[in-house]
Amino acid sequence: MIDFLIASLTDGLLLGFVYGIAAMGLSLIWGVMRVINLSHGATIALGMFGIYLAFTGLGMNPYLTLPLLAAASLLLGILVYFVAVHRVIDAPYLSTLLATFAVNMIVIGIGTAIFTTSPRNVDFSLGSLSLGPITVTWARVLAALAAAVVTGLLYLFLYRTRLGKSIRAVSNNKAAAELMGIATSWVLAFSFGLGTMLAAISGGLIATFFPFTILAGGGYQVKGFVICVLGGLGNPLGALIGGLILGAMEGIIPAFMETSWVPVLEFILFVIILLVRPTGLLGSKT
Amino acid sequence: MKPWRDPGLWLSLLVTAAIGLWPAVAANKPYAREMMFTVLMSVGLASSLNIMQGYTGYVNFGHIIFFGLGGYVGFYLLSVYHAPLYVAALAGALTAALVAFLLGKAILRLRGAYFALATIGINEAARSFVKNFDPFGGPTGMTLKFHVYQAYGGANQALWITYIALVVLTLLIILVSYLVKTSKFGLGLMAIRENEDAAEVMGIVAPDAKTWAYVLSAVFPGIIGVLFFFKNGNIEPGDAFRLQQSIEVIVMVMLGGQGLVFGPLVGAAVYQRLRGYLLVSPLFKNIQLAVAGLLLLIIILFVPAGLIGWLRGRFPRLRRWLV
Repeated sequence: MIDFLIASLTDGLLLGFVYGIAAMGLSLIWGVMRVINLSHGATIALGMFGIYLAFTGLGMNPYLTLPLLAAASLLLGILVYFVAVHRVIDAPYLSTLLATFAVNMIVIGIGTAIFTTSPRNVDFSLGSLSLGPITVTWARVLAALAAAVVTGLLYLFLYRTRLGKSIRAVSNNKAAAELMGIATSWVLAFSFGLGTMLAAISGGLIATFFPFTILAGGGYQVKGFVICVLGGLGNPLGALIGGLILGAMEGIIPAFMETSWVPVLEFILFVIILLVRPTGLLGSKT
Repeated sequence: MKPWRDPGLWLSLLVTAAIGLWPAVAANKPYAREMMFTVLMSVGLASSLNIMQGYTGYVNFGHIIFFGLGGYVGFYLLSVYHAPLYVAALAGALTAALVAFLLGKAILRLRGAYFALATIGINEAARSFVKNFDPFGGPTGMTLKFHVYQAYGGANQALWITYIALVVLTLLIILVSYLVKTSKFGLGLMAIRENEDAAEVMGIVAPDAKTWAYVLSAVFPGIIGVLFFFKNGNIEPGDAFRLQQSIEVIVMVMLGGQGLVFGPLVGAAVYQRLRGYLLVSPLFKNIQLAVAGLLLLIIILFVPAGLIGWLRGRFPRLRRWLV
C-alpha cells in the first residue's frame, strides 16, 4: 500500500509541474493586465496539436520541437492581444472575459473542422525509470524537468532583464510605468504572448504522455483556474506550488475512491479556497 | 408609470406572444413548434440571466446549472414517481431556488472576477457530482418510459402541452423582468452594478439584494429544464450541464443588449435563428462555432451595448418603446 501510494504520489507530482506552468500563464496574464484568459484552454490544445503534427507529420523529436512551439505561440499570443484584447483592456472585466472566450470559440471551431474531435496521441515512447518501488515513465520525468526549466527561465527573465522588469512595473502600476517611458501596450502584448506560450508548452508536454482531442484544453484550463486560486491569482510561484498540490491530489485520491470523484473534490476545494482565502495560499503579489 | 400604460412592456410581451403563436399558423406545425421551442427556451434563459448579469452586473458562468438541476429533480419525479408535470415543474423551481439561495449566501460575498471564476467551478462540480450520483442514473442519465406520456393523451398531445406551458412561462419571465427593472428592488440592483460600495452607503443591503436577484434568476431555468427534458424524454449529465450553453446564453444577452427587458429577447431570438441558419448552410456547417465566436468578438469590440442598446443610443425617440 505504501509503495503504491509513493508511486502514485510521484506520478502526480511530476504531472503537477506541467499543470503548474499552464496555470502560471493564466496567473501572469491576470497579474499584469487583470484579464481572465478564457482562450487558455484553446491554446493548450493548439500546443498539443503543434507537437502532434510536428511528430507524426515531420517526424520531429517532441522535446526539440518545444522551443519552436514556444516562439510560434509567443507570436500568436501577441497577435491575439492586439486583435481581441487591446481594444477592451480598460473596459469592465466582462468585456475581456467574453473577448477571450470569443477567441476560444474561433480556435476550437476551426480546430474541430480541421482535426475533428477524434482522440490523438503522440506515440513517442522512451521507456520508464525505476527507483526502488517507484516506476515512472521517462516522458513524465522529462516533462517535469522541462516545466522546471521553463519556470527558472521565466524567473530569470522577469527579474534580470529590462523587458521583464518593465512587465513587473506595468503590473504594479500601469499609469506610473507609462510616465516612466515604458511602452505599456507592447509590454501588455508581450505578457499576453508569454502567458500563451506557457499554455502551449504545457499542452505540448501533456501531449507526450496523455491522449487528447481538440477539446481537451478546456479541462486543463479549469484545472488552471483551480491552481491559480490555490496559489493566489497573479503569483507565478504560487501557481507552480498550486500545480504540485493538485497533481498530488490527482495521484493520491484514486487510491481511496473512484477516479471520477477527483474533479468533484477539486472543485469543492476550489470554491472553499475562494471563500475562505480568495488571495490564495501564498497571497497575491499585486 | 403604471406597467400596463408602458408601451415598452407591451412591445416585449407582443413579440414573445407572436413567437409563441407562430406554430399555430405555420404550414408544418410540428416543425415550427420544435423551432420555436428552442427560441422560447433561449429567450427564457437569457431574460432570467439578465436579472443577474444585466441589472446586477455579475457575470454568471453557471446559469445552466439551475436548468440542469431543476431538470434532473423534475425528471426524477416524473420517471420514478410518475408525478404530474406541474408538480415536477414546481419541484424543479423550488430546487433551483433553494440551491441558488444557499450558493448565493456563500459565493455572492465574492465580487467581480472572483465570482465569475467561482461559477465556472460550480458548473463543473455540479456536472461531476451528477455523473457520480447513482439515483440519477450516473453518467448514462435517465429515460422516460413511453407510457408516462399516455396520461397527457399521447406523446403528440404531451408535446403541445409542454409547448403551451413554455409560452406562458416565457411571457411570465418577460413580465417579471420588467417588474424587477422598474421596481425599487431593481433600482437597488442597478446601483450595485454601478458602484457596490456607494450602493451600500446609500442603505442597500448588497449581499441580500444580490442573493434574491440570484434566486429570482435561478427559478425560471429550473422550470425550463423540467419542460425541456420532459419533451426530450431522456436526460444525461452532458446535456444538462454544458458550460458552452451557459456561455451561449451570455452571448445572447450581450447580443441584444444587457440590462434591458427587450434586449435579451431580441438577442436570444436572433442568435438561435442565426445558429439554425449556420447549422444547415453547407458553407458554414463545419465552422459554425468559429462564426459565432467571430460574431461575439465583433459585438464586444464594436457594439458593446448590443443591438437594442445601440438603437436606443442612435435613435433616442425609440427609447419609449425599447425598454
